[in-house]
Amino acid sequence: VSVTANTDKDFTRSAGRQLALFAVLAVAGVVLLMMALSWASSLTGTGAGLTGGVDPRTGTVTLVLSEEPPQLNSTLATDQVSGMVLGHVMEGLLRYDENNRLAPGVAERWEVNGTEATFWLRDNARWSDGAPVTAHDFVFAWQTAIDPRNASEYGFILYSIRNAEAINQGELPVSELGVEALDDRTLHVRLERPVAFFDKLVAFTTYYPIREDFYRATRGRYGADAHTLLYNGPFVMTRWVHGAHVRMEKNPNYWNQDRVQINVLDFPYMTQDANAHLNLFKDGRTAYTTLTEENLNEALVRRWHLHRFMDGSVFYIDMNFREGRPTANWNLRRALQLALDPEELVYRVIKLPGYLPGESLFPTWLQGVDAPFRQEYPAPTATPDVQQARRHLELARRELGRIPPLVLLTGDNPLSNKQAEYYQETLKSTLGLEIRIDKQIFKQRLAKMTSGEFDLVLAGWGPDFDDPLTFGDLYASWNLNNRGRYSNPELDNWVRFAQDATDPRERADAFGEIQRILFEDVVNLPNYERGIVYVVDPRLEGLVRRVVGPDPDFSNVRIVEADG
Amino acid sequence: MWRYTLRRLIQGVITVWFIATATFVAMHTVPGDPLAADKAVSEEIRANLEAKYGLDKPIGQQYLVYMGNLARGDFGISFVQKNREVNDIISEHFPVSATLGILAIVFAALGGVLWGALTALYRNKLPDIVIMFLVILGISVPSFVFAALGQLALVNVNNLIGISLLPVAGWGTVWHMLVPSLVLGLGTMAYLTRLMRSSMLEIINSDYVRTAKAKGLPPTRIFTRHQLRNAILPVVTVLGPAIAAITTGGFVVELVFAIPGLGRYFVQAVQQLDYTVIMGTTVFYGAFLVFMVILVDLLYGWIDPRVRLE
Repeated sequence: VSVTANTDKDFTRSAGRQLALFAVLAVAGVVLLMMALSWASSLTGTGAGLTGGVDPRTGTVTLVLSEEPPQLNSTLATDQVSGMVLGHVMEGLLRYDENNRLAPGVAERWEVNGTEATFWLRDNARWSDGAPVTAHDFVFAWQTAIDPRNASEYGFILYSIRNAEAINQGELPVSELGVEALDDRTLHVRLERPVAFFDKLVAFTTYYPIREDFYRATRGRYGADAHTLLYNGPFVMTRWVHGAHVRMEKNPNYWNQDRVQINVLDFPYMTQDANAHLNLFKDGRTAYTTLTEENLNEALVRRWHLHRFMDGSVFYIDMNFREGRPTANWNLRRALQLALDPEELVYRVIKLPGYLPGESLFPTWLQGVDAPFRQEYPAPTATPDVQQARRHLELARRELGRIPPLVLLTGDNPLSNKQAEYYQETLKSTLGLEIRIDKQIFKQRLAKMTSGEFDLVLAGWGPDFDDPLTFGDLYASWNLNNRGRYSNPELDNWVRFAQDATDPRERADAFGEIQRILFEDVVNLPNYERGIVYVVDPRLEGLVRRVVGPDPDFSNVRIVEADG
Repeated sequence: MWRYTLRRLIQGVITVWFIATATFVAMHTVPGDPLAADKAVSEEIRANLEAKYGLDKPIGQQYLVYMGNLARGDFGISFVQKNREVNDIISEHFPVSATLGILAIVFAALGGVLWGALTALYRNKLPDIVIMFLVILGISVPSFVFAALGQLALVNVNNLIGISLLPVAGWGTVWHMLVPSLVLGLGTMAYLTRLMRSSMLEIINSDYVRTAKAKGLPPTRIFTRHQLRNAILPVVTVLGPAIAAITTGGFVVELVFAIPGLGRYFVQAVQQLDYTVIMGTTVFYGAFLVFMVILVDLLYGWIDPRVRLE
């Protein structure tokens, strides 16, 4: 027995030694392999992790991009990330300055006069290849954007230009668009009707210039890569590795050199993961990150200076006014309005920092005549009142008969889930109403909203331009985004009036009326205005947040020495 | 041998065709409108978009057009990135996923074989107990937890020593790969360890090992030639599918570590109903998986003469 035991022990020992040898070989092999892979990946790499979030020596600011811009063709871009990137590398006729006021861009002066607008372009505005930016570049860009063959989702934003809508519907050729280059430096626009805010519109992404010869030379790949885009903004994009890296460098041809204080804006990371953003900030790799509710405590422990910003979007419950839908009944809608409390939703349920309980379709940031719109026209609000709500529900029952379970359409994300469950629970316990939650992926939610397969839907709206009309026409009977098909001649009249009028007071009055109708007729139920909490590297100054336009805007930032 | 290879390849092509067809049908049955966007668009614009992507044709014709393009290796243009070809997406991002995957599978295979052999050699002793505990942990904890923990650990280590020892996220150098590939390979490593251990234990008690010992062969030779080589066979078998699973399953790791791999496109395309990218990535990964299985079968014959097929 002892002999076998000994040989067994011997065997184990020498086999173990053999195994250790293999392990050493394996480690050596892995090291070799990694060296080979390292060489291979330098071909697809991003150069991430080489610099800190703020590098005063090279004037580099490093940041994280939450996702890859789908493409950077300004006539097709729709999303926030594309808008942010384009806002740094392109410039329209006008732009918003660091105080969010309208400022000259490519145009040094302009005049909007009834249905005519004229822009005089500066002579030192240059493309990144050195050629001057001319009025023809704007004509070409706008004609491209409105061309139905281009199929831009944002074609509608040009509709105030004469014939734009007809061209977009395929009824007229693009050459009929009411925009004309009188000479290289004068752009003349004829409008469909007087537009009070046309100067604000031309600061929008879709209105950026495009040079025709360059566009044609890209053969349908304009804006697909860094080298298929021509720049005229404060920065040029020097590197774009898809899904991995966007690098922008100061544009030496930009007319306003004083405005740009840093040399490089580098985005060597692209991820949607909020914790990854935070970890990169903690590691000093990025100069900026937003914070989620879970991360807030850590930020406080670390004594970071927190910034708050309302991003300008409003969120609300949309209702279906199609025939046969229970929500077409006013008493039922009024009962819902009286039963739900946006304050409870925001402070007790969502609990996200920076969020504001919703009171109106018109968010707090909108300007009225002399003061914020909502100060001049306070939103009528309902005090939650269960007794009153039950009374209205009773009336609704009398008018409708039995009320079937209401279908609440929502997106499939944690925030929507929380909200939907809150509504389900609240309406069940206060009114005894059955709510059936219909959770769908984004595209299917939109499809169902368009086809009207819902009673209630969690929806939201972000501004396209800096005027209350960007919200105000949402429930006009002809608006395709009015997915509940609300139709009210009185509201339509006010919308038409606000579109055509140019007197600021009269327009503001019209929006006040629209706000009143939306409340009294219970067209939607405001939930909240979205807020963002974020932190910035203390060595960075001059970050600008915008409700309309590229946000966050890093084009004015300066690197300063941190104190302590 | 060549005839066998050829037959397997033809079978593989049929399998890929089947995958493509099934995906096509499934994709078009999934509810939702691929052209829906935040802002509603007019009829005219919609018609133009449909024409651009060929969605205006009847579904049967769409299928035929699609298969024709597929045969030519053309996957079309992405619905989300409207001027980017799916072929470009695959050729730019698959190498990244492959690099990460290769490293992960190498970690998994080497680790699995070494730990497995070690636990079998010292069964029921301390190394075995400790490693098997870790193995259970590795199998049961999902990779997104490891990914998050791995990144957090990196941040804390970097903060503690004051300099960045390893990058927290990103891609480009070998240092970026180390932690993500370990995290990605961990589950497979644990699985392979268990597989290797049981297969070793079976062989240690087999007749030919006893004969070899009785013949008086040197222990190192018995261990490597008789035990390891035979025990490794089941590991090789699962390696093929494991490679495919790892290179396709890196979605979360790619997201957390900001790695520009194909896994992200694979998952997001489904969420965004990006038809062409769904088809492109699925068919590509399907073909990849089929090819890996064939490769492993051929490799198997080379390692084990008994299954060499004529």
